[in-house]
Amino acid sequence: MLKDITIGQYFPGDSVIHRMDPRFKIVCTLLLIVTLFAGNSLWTLVIGGVFVLLVQILSRIPGKLLWKSLRPILPILLFTAVLNLLFVGDDEVLWEWQFIKLTMGGLQMSVFMIVRIILLIVGSSLLTYTTSPILLTDAIESLMSPLKGIKFPVHEMAMMMSIALRFIPTLIEETDKIMSAQKARGATLDSGKVMERIRALIPILVPLFVSAFRRAEELATAMECRCYRGGEGRTRLRQLKAGARDYIGFAVSFLFMAGAVTVNILSK
Amino acid sequence: MAEMIEAQHLVYRYPPEIGADGKPGAPNPPTLRDVSLTIRKGSFTAVLGHNGSGKSTFAKHINAILLPEEGTMRVDGMDTADESCLFAIRQKAGMVFQNPDNQIVATIVEEDVAFAPENLGVEPKEIRRRVDEALKAVGMYEYRNHAPSQLSGGQKQRVAIAGVIAMQPDCIVLDEPTAMLDPKGRQEVMETIRRLNREQGITIVLITHYMEEAAEADRVVVIDSGEVVMDDTPPKVFSQVEKMKALGLDVPQVTELAWELNQAGFAVSPEIITEEECLAALRALLSRASCAE
Ligand SMILES: Nc1ncnc2c1ncn2[C@@H]1O[C@H](COP(=O)(O)OP(=O)(O)OP(=O)(O)O)[C@@H](O)[C@H]1O
Ligand SMILES: [Mg+2]
Repeated sequence: MLKDITIGQYFPGDSVIHRMDPRFKIVCTLLLIVTLFAGNSLWTLVIGGVFVLLVQILSRIPGKLLWKSLRPILPILLFTAVLNLLFVGDDEVLWEWQFIKLTMGGLQMSVFMIVRIILLIVGSSLLTYTTSPILLTDAIESLMSPLKGIKFPVHEMAMMMSIALRFIPTLIEETDKIMSAQKARGATLDSGKVMERIRALIPILVPLFVSAFRRAEELATAMECRCYRGGEGRTRLRQLKAGARDYIGFAVSFLFMAGAVTVNILSK
Repeated sequence: MAEMIEAQHLVYRYPPEIGADGKPGAPNPPTLRDVSLTIRKGSFTAVLGHNGSGKSTFAKHINAILLPEEGTMRVDGMDTADESCLFAIRQKAGMVFQNPDNQIVATIVEEDVAFAPENLGVEPKEIRRRVDEALKAVGMYEYRNHAPSQLSGGQKQRVAIAGVIAMQPDCIVLDEPTAMLDPKGRQEVMETIRRLNREQGITIVLITHYMEEAAEADRVVVIDSGEVVMDDTPPKVFSQVEKMKALGLDVPQVTELAWELNQAGFAVSPEIITEEECLAALRALLSRASCAE
């Protein structure tokens, strides 16, 4: 049952978006996020929405998948909407009952917030859906490389991320095994009160930790045997290379965002 | 130079455990006591010994994961104690471990095979070439874009071997590479090892608990409590059935059968290690018996 979890979900494909340089994809996503948060007019959202829709169509990621990524945050969306409805207000009262006052401004604000968050989630999901985790780590390492100047361990961070990604399936499989073993000994894992359930986790987490440490030690030895000595002097099999297409893609995204910001300023 | 590995009077003891008071406890007894062993280039050596006899400890001396307390270890003429040779030694003598899951670093097969050449600072184009070549050598080229978690145990272990081959080593040390595999996986890995030895002349040191695997080597070394106690060709070692049993080791089933027959007074040489040899000997024995009637 744990096997169904996929983290850092990636859906392989061959679309323009899939093939775009991951560094540019990350920068474009950041641009989108900033624009969505900076803009406070309807037009920003419309332009942002068109942009996200365009990317979705180009990437050929089915809308169903995006809906899946949205579902877990529905409660948060609802909560935000209610908060905005209740606490943001102007003079245009729509409905009033005792101390609760719903205004046009509140309604606008809550719709605005919902659309903004949805675009945000869908935009960043499109990034992880179309980029393999390994490329994503490479891109983060490459984008953060200026930080090496201030002694920030960029290579080490990227290495840790990729090892974590590598071991997620292994550790999930192991957790499954330990859970079956404990169930075979009569442990009840999926019933009982919350405290009991938490307590039932201990006999699973302890062996998992012990084995994770043993794995870490063996992996470290194996890495040393393969001449690992940190990031210095290391080359890569796959070089990230930006081509004309990436620059064009970036330019288009930039124009979209610049448009959104301009409209935002003009509409004030 | 014809010697790949030259161990002279190796002595090693693991550092004592740090007690609860923060002070080291009593010193451990030596795990290796005076191990001397030379391994020729291009040879295929099997190392046997019961659990805890010091096989893995010896193996870790070959690529300077551990350094000897006394004695010297030379790999292709380089002393492992010489720190400036560290990466040259590790590149020359690759190491494959028991659990394939704990030695695969990357999320994609070809990325993992590229790991060692990347560390060595090899040019990207050359890395590509080496990765393809290594994956073809172990018969895993079609799986180059798979995630390691999608592979079987034997396939994972072959990827681990490819990861070592990509360093272009002269020698590969395998520490119980088949211990966690099913019979099919074991066969795949053994075939790969044999091919690398025969076709590419790579020196193989195979630590194993399977006598049938050891029987495929040119030479069998038996280690017992940190000392080399037997060192000869497989037939010569395995035919000493009583000595092997005293050391807590088995012999291949066919050798045992031949030995039992020999002990019972039949004219069968106990120096039999393969099924074919055994079959031939039994046939000869039976035809002689029918002639005598
Ligand atoms: N890290 C360690 N610290 C202390 N003692 C150790 C350590 N590793 C191994 N030993 C001890 O050294 C001895 C030899 O261990 P080694 O792993 O070399 O044996 P082995 O022949 O490889 O056994 P196996 O067949 O089980 O793999 C054992 O008695 C073991 O307890
Ligand atoms: Mg061992």
